[in-house]
Amino acid sequence: MIVSKPAVAGTLESNDCYVTVLPNHSSGIQLVIRSIVMQKYGHLIEKTIREVLEEYQIEHVSLTLEDKGALDFTIKARVKTALERSV
Amino acid sequence: MSKYLPVRPYQPVDEYSPMIWENKKQHRINHQVQWLDDMNAMLDALDLFDGMTISFHHHLRNGDAVMNMVMEAIAQRGYKDLTVVASSIFPVHQPLVAMLRDKTVTQIIASYMSGPVARAVSEGECEAACVLQTHGGRARSILMEDICIDVAFIASCAVNHRGDISGQHGKNACGALGYVMADALMAKNVVAISDSRVEFDAPSIEYTCVDMVLMVDSIGSSSGIVSGTTQLTKDPAGLKIAHLTVDLLDALGLVKNGLTYQSGAGGISLAVTTFLKEKMKQKQVVGEFASGGITRALVEMLEEGLFNHLYDVQCFDLDAVESLKKNVNHHEISASMYANPNQLDNKVNQLDVVILGASEIDRDMNVNVTTGFDYQILGGSGGHADTSYGATWSIIVSKLVSSRIPVLVDRVTTITTPKDDIDIFVCDVGIAFAKRHQALAATLKQTTRLPIVTMEELAEISEKLCGKSLTIEHESRVVAVSEYRDGSLLDVIYQKKKGD
Repeated sequence: MIVSKPAVAGTLESNDCYVTVLPNHSSGIQLVIRSIVMQKYGHLIEKTIREVLEEYQIEHVSLTLEDKGALDFTIKARVKTALERSV
Repeated sequence: MSKYLPVRPYQPVDEYSPMIWENKKQHRINHQVQWLDDMNAMLDALDLFDGMTISFHHHLRNGDAVMNMVMEAIAQRGYKDLTVVASSIFPVHQPLVAMLRDKTVTQIIASYMSGPVARAVSEGECEAACVLQTHGGRARSILMEDICIDVAFIASCAVNHRGDISGQHGKNACGALGYVMADALMAKNVVAISDSRVEFDAPSIEYTCVDMVLMVDSIGSSSGIVSGTTQLTKDPAGLKIAHLTVDLLDALGLVKNGLTYQSGAGGISLAVTTFLKEKMKQKQVVGEFASGGITRALVEMLEEGLFNHLYDVQCFDLDAVESLKKNVNHHEISASMYANPNQLDNKVNQLDVVILGASEIDRDMNVNVTTGFDYQILGGSGGHADTSYGATWSIIVSKLVSSRIPVLVDRVTTITTPKDDIDIFVCDVGIAFAKRHQALAATLKQTTRLPIVTMEELAEISEKLCGKSLTIEHESRVVAVSEYRDGSLLDVIYQKKKGD
């Protein structure tokens, strides 16, 4: 899949996250993660995002995730929605 | 100057010995209180020195102006190496941060600490290790002279012509003054700082304890006492926990005539009180007393005849202040009467139930309400460990996971209340009992519909939701200690890692 336009999903409420995706042409995958639990779970958050990107076979995207303590299934749902909206 | 620090390691104690104590100030009946209206004249009249220990109380909470006013005047005179024994520190006390940096203040002893000062302490800005006490432990340490106060500066809502102090009158009435009574009885010098001179009977603190009265324009703002949440939580998980807790109390046979009850001021605890009220009405039972920090919810229960008495160490809202003034069965008590382990007729020892929150709990049921997972000081015991020890049933209520922060952890960052004092953990997934209550847990599982679970089961669910967390590192320096109510050392608090 190719990210062809900017898209967002999610909220900044507690237990949720806000995902922004932008086309990144041929510059690969750029991730920016900000989380209230970065020290504890930053590694898992990144893993979850990368799994979704792989599932959608995305090679070029600039993705920002602003996390307010979302669990993995929420992160997955928000990233997927943002990607579906970016087509 | 050597600083106060608990060293004896904590060990569970079944029974404490009675405190032998005499009020040395009660004979000072011909004593004349000195009246002043200028801060500098007050400081001139006091015998101040480097390394002295001074105390403050927190009944005005985040509306307190007295500590900043006094500390700024003392700092201006260049005194160094002070120990500040404040019953609690709030965000309003930010000016203290600069005084930690320039060594005006080199140690803080408090029962609760939040805001910029707590941040500075966690970042290693205070020279000596701070001591985080319980409310009862603070009274004990002062009355038994483990901590000797050179000057107590008492924010006084009102003073009368003799120099008696009241919390219930004046333009900034804040209600009960329970936490400062030990200071008033024991400090070498006592200064009442007030913005209201009115006549009243039944003082909170007698003039025999008071050496000077300083009249100022304002001691702060009593509206600042409203803290925590005053609204019932709307969070469905929180409401479920509160319903489960009241069903549990009913199953344990505790919703009965003569019930003695206390709860914390958090959203879920408040919901428990509200649902307990409905249950008590439905079962037509009358409780004996509720104690601790008093809120409107408890005042309504007193006025509706659901409790016979309220024992109040501090008012959490202005309805409680009003009630203390008008309801004869709403009593002001000292922190010692409330929770001093060596005052054997204290109120916490008479409690059937206490409902408390937690920021962390481990499988053995050690509880942390002092620090966050990143070692940042966020609060402190207050009466947590006092009531947990005293109450027959101490019940922790919390969501299992909140914003991906699990409450159930392998090891709590700081022990605020030891496992020996906690009985039950109620969360949105179920109810877990301490190991020593397993027979009862098994019976309840068979005979009721309560979701009885084990801490191990809860830990598994929690980890499935959050994933396995990385270990958070800390610096090697100890910035504070968690002191148990009897003066023993429960745990140490490390400096938080820089650069986060």
